[in-house]
Amino acid sequence: MNYSRSKGMGMTLFIVLLLTPIYWLLNMSFKTNQEILGGLTLWPQNFTLANYAVIFSDSSWYSGYINSMIYVSMNMTITLLVALPAAYAFSRYKFVGDKHLFFWLLSNRMAPPAVFLLPFFQLYSSIGLFDTHIAVALAHCLFNVPLAVWILEGFMSGVPREYDEMAYIDGYSFPKFFVKIFLPMIRSGIGVAAFFAFMFSWVELLLARTLTSVDAQPIGAIMTRTIGASGIDWGVLAAAGVLTIIPGVLVVWFVRNHIAKGFALGRV
Amino acid sequence: MNKVPNNRAWWLVLPVFILVAFSALIPLMTVVNYSVQDIFGPGNAYYVGTEWFKEVLNDERLQDSLLRQFAFSGAVLAIQIPLGISVALMMPKSGIKASLCLILLAIPLLIPWNVVGTIWQIFGRGDIGLFGWGLNALGLDYNYTGNTVDAWLTVLLMDVWHWTPLVALLCYSGLRAIPEAFYQAAEIDRASRWAVFRYIQLPRLKSVLVIAVLLRFMDSFMIYTEPFVLTGGGPGSSTTFLSQTLTTMAIGQFDIGRAAAFSLIYFLIVLLVSWLFFTAITHLDKEK
Repeated sequence: MNYSRSKGMGMTLFIVLLLTPIYWLLNMSFKTNQEILGGLTLWPQNFTLANYAVIFSDSSWYSGYINSMIYVSMNMTITLLVALPAAYAFSRYKFVGDKHLFFWLLSNRMAPPAVFLLPFFQLYSSIGLFDTHIAVALAHCLFNVPLAVWILEGFMSGVPREYDEMAYIDGYSFPKFFVKIFLPMIRSGIGVAAFFAFMFSWVELLLARTLTSVDAQPIGAIMTRTIGASGIDWGVLAAAGVLTIIPGVLVVWFVRNHIAKGFALGRV
Repeated sequence: MNKVPNNRAWWLVLPVFILVAFSALIPLMTVVNYSVQDIFGPGNAYYVGTEWFKEVLNDERLQDSLLRQFAFSGAVLAIQIPLGISVALMMPKSGIKASLCLILLAIPLLIPWNVVGTIWQIFGRGDIGLFGWGLNALGLDYNYTGNTVDAWLTVLLMDVWHWTPLVALLCYSGLRAIPEAFYQAAEIDRASRWAVFRYIQLPRLKSVLVIAVLLRFMDSFMIYTEPFVLTGGGPGSSTTFLSQTLTTMAIGQFDIGRAAAFSLIYFLIVLLVSWLFFTAITHLDKEK
């Protein structure tokens, strides 16, 4: 089957429609508020970086990005550390209650965050973790760990167990085999799992906003501040939005060759 | 793969078990505890049994929001699955173009959900947004903050924009797994393009489609942030979905007992559907 011209046209059209709302945000972030409210212009007439300057010069703005970055990286680290051994166990061994455990883990990925809102708030308040980065990181484990286990299990099942047996014959201990031989073999799977942990932690706001107030507040919660007495500061809001898109684009660049397989949870 | 029975594997799953138990079981038990009590203050709670559940099941506001939720999730699946498959079929197969398409498609998935709401809030406005302005310029009376139908269409369009790429990426990876020989055989048989799709591509997409339907159903069933930012649930309560009703009840009105009972019913619906899908997936894995 050849790649035909009509398909190319259709694809281009879809991509253009997909990018138009994002272009509009980018366009607005370079305009002054007078221009935004003065009428519709397809590109900035008075190009300005003032909106970005507001964000980068005010610590209450840019600390939101730093907070988000901190809890996302914490979450990625925790998720991978606990999910790797568990995924290995699920892909290699039969044990008492394995199927039930797997489904129970999965069911947590399906739990609506709104259900856990109030109990989470009380749980983390009572152990003194409210408004810390680690609280958000742990809360996001609720849906990231099951997903990571599922993805990694898919990738690990693709490695024949003869490798494991060969390593034992060669005298490798289990930890040494796991770190030196097994992990390098599934490194694309690890990359994909890390990518998904990043993605779902980065985009989530409901839990992150509930569990923080000042010190660990994510950028998404800070963005609501642009609604002031004089109405919404559209320019700064657009600039803040654009800045939240950039990390995602950078990360997706690194996993571009594995992303499709990852979205299929390693099952294709 | 044939697995070896070994109960010591529990040691490997233990960290996950403890972590998820901490962040899922304890909160869930708290919810169960609340759902059977009427709480007036610290140390002033009464056991009320299943009263809250009865009340919640008969609450019209909740029934409405449940109906809206099913309508929304149904519409999301009906649009996104066929559209996602078509986009996947149109994608280039290899080379720099394919990489570029993958990256561009993935962008909406990586935007924080409140920013997705913000993007469409701006984009749909009649005065400063291209979309709203364009529709008004065409003579259509479009206003998503005032008109129920417009609000629904905007929320739906936003979700299609946001999540169709996920379905497309899933189907794309499924299509890549089909050996070229299948297509060559079809060409020798002079199969029509429709026949190729119906008898070669669609059957091989089955397992990824189950995952796509599962993920899309779950995530659309839990949707909160995007419509909250875009419409705030309005006009009236026309775009108030389950999560928002629940959040308002628990945090806004602090109606804990009712919210807890509602949470459990909500969770059970999701659990039931996810169990159905999970059974389907494991069944398909066995067939392979």
